[in-house]
Amino acid sequence: MMVVNYICSHYIIQIMHIFQQILFVLCLAAAIYIFSKKIVEIRRNIFLGKPLQLNGSWSSVLLMAFGQKKMFTNIPVAILHFIVYAGFIIMNTEVLEIIVDGIAGSHRIFFGTLGGFYTLLINCFELLAILILIAIILFFIRRNILKLKRFISNDLDGFPRSDANTILFFEMVLMSLFLIMNSTDAELQARSIEGYHHTGPFIISQFLQPLFSGIGTNALIVIERLAWWAHILGIFAFLNYLPYSKHLHIVLAFPNAYYAPLQTETIGTMSNMPAIQNEVLYMMEPDKAPTIADTSAVQKFGARDVFDLSWKNNMDAYSCTECGRCSTACPANITGKKLSPRAIMMKTRDRLEEVGKVLNANNNEWKDDGKTLLNNYITAEELSACTTCNACVEACPVSISPLNIILELRRCLIMEDSVSSPEWNNMFGNIENNMAPWKMSADDRDGWNQ
Amino acid sequence: MLARTYAEYFANNETPEILFWVGCAGSFDQRAQKVTKAFVEILNKLEVKFAILGKEEMCTGDPARRAGNEFLFQMMAYNNIQVLTMYHVKKIVTTCPHCFNALKNEYPELGGNYEVIHHSTLLQQFINEGKIKLKEGGEFKGKKITYHDSCYLGRANKIYEAPREVLRILDGELVELKRCKTNGLCCGAGGAQMFKEDEPGDSRINMERTKDVLESGASVVASNCPFCLTMLSDGVKNHEKEEQIQVLDIAEMIAKSI
Repeated sequence: MMVVNYICSHYIIQIMHIFQQILFVLCLAAAIYIFSKKIVEIRRNIFLGKPLQLNGSWSSVLLMAFGQKKMFTNIPVAILHFIVYAGFIIMNTEVLEIIVDGIAGSHRIFFGTLGGFYTLLINCFELLAILILIAIILFFIRRNILKLKRFISNDLDGFPRSDANTILFFEMVLMSLFLIMNSTDAELQARSIEGYHHTGPFIISQFLQPLFSGIGTNALIVIERLAWWAHILGIFAFLNYLPYSKHLHIVLAFPNAYYAPLQTETIGTMSNMPAIQNEVLYMMEPDKAPTIADTSAVQKFGARDVFDLSWKNNMDAYSCTECGRCSTACPANITGKKLSPRAIMMKTRDRLEEVGKVLNANNNEWKDDGKTLLNNYITAEELSACTTCNACVEACPVSISPLNIILELRRCLIMEDSVSSPEWNNMFGNIENNMAPWKMSADDRDGWNQ
Repeated sequence: MLARTYAEYFANNETPEILFWVGCAGSFDQRAQKVTKAFVEILNKLEVKFAILGKEEMCTGDPARRAGNEFLFQMMAYNNIQVLTMYHVKKIVTTCPHCFNALKNEYPELGGNYEVIHHSTLLQQFINEGKIKLKEGGEFKGKKITYHDSCYLGRANKIYEAPREVLRILDGELVELKRCKTNGLCCGAGGAQMFKEDEPGDSRINMERTKDVLESGASVVASNCPFCLTMLSDGVKNHEKEEQIQVLDIAEMIAKSI
């Protein structure tokens, strides 16, 4: 009878194990599938933009993305940010083990091959976890209690504000679960429970261990398993929250940094418009004009919607983490004008997502929804306030250019819609007639030289 | 007559070393005209063989382009490049960072290739070559001088040191503004804002920038741009500090000291 009972419970445990493995593989597959689907969608949205030939540089990726050069203008914040970022990257090796364990039904599989080095590794991860926890709590205080101007700004009203706190909350919970998982594990090891390898107590989580010493072994196994499951499911959920969140910058900061050098080189230059250059040329030198007029495409000037921006502009929008350094540096924003470079990026992303939804609903075919980035999202008043000073471009840690989008929309505003202030219209008229922006006679240009 | 035109040089079968691109502000704005004259005075004193285009110069098109009017910019660029090509111009100096940026960075793609330098860089070169000799006990000796980075010389062209080096030889005390160099705050005139009123807001950008100047405690604020000059002068006036604070272009400061 005893033997039968033993065999039965043995089978039940085995079946439970296999059930958990199947469940894990299903969760993993679902997480990867849903995430990839959304990434493919974002990629499609980015490339709705116009083609643009850009050269990149790997050294810039090292400096700007891995090295976070621009963050270091404010050293304490840069260090906190670096801890969270580097910590997450390094701790991903632990996630690798969790995934292997989940699929194979093993427990801490790397311990077998790594031995003492394994404990050292987990100790390092725990140190990082506690540093990340501290950094995140400080970030939470900075954002919600210290009320920094760029964090209380109206730009962030609604989802963006909760988004920022959701990210911090996610990270806090993940780090805590990691430590709970390890401390309960160490307690189970101490009780010599089968399957729990003797790695020894870990450097941080050993301090949590006394919390679990009074709990019965079966309950403790349940807590350990729950922490393990909640931790990995939390990671899967976070992964799939990323594409909807400002936190996507952890992915797109890298390609954006890759294309940064060109932006730095051409920071003072506006992109040339060869169609207009040629039009002027043919007007001035009619013999150079082609004999057969090119009627292939209706010319559009500047950008009215995300389709008219470049793919780099669109990638910028998805890379923005809404930190607001640009708006803090913007002279128009500082003096209370409606323009906020951060809002320019956020609105561009919102429009891209909206366009994406229309495409999803119509088999990837665009059906005009009666809206455009210009006017429905970004107004003429915002655009007119820009001094083109490049402070926003300079301030951005992930090499975004809000200025580029502003100027392309301005081109559309002026050249397509003829929306301009009377003063600017006068200025245009003066340049055209007097060769100077003021109402002065061209004959008096050398008046100072008399 | 302070400056000879390219046409006059040509008529005498002579070639000037450098073209001084005066710019619209330098030509028409009464305050900026003083900078033009100061710079010409320096060039004449150093016997630089320079020419201006005179009536043949036109707006580079920068404010039109920044406002969004590419047609007008291309028109101006076409005409200017025609004139510059006709005179075989190789080297250009300008006292306006907006003209400087357009000529240096935007004309090459349209077929206009020149060596373009801003007057602060040229002045620095003259100083390094020992050509500029300052008189003893100059006007700025011991004075607190601060420098305002223009956006188009600074962030757009990364020229931060040349103007500062020029100011250092004046024997004053050079103090930095709270927001300076890459972090410098715009005067409010760029991007064609010079030619229109501000959008509604809490304050004007030049008033905000002038606060930095007041905080620095400087009695002279040096600029390198005719538009910054106007904006800062207005700001100082609005803060009722025009008795205490002089707003000057670095060329004026050098001209007063030689």
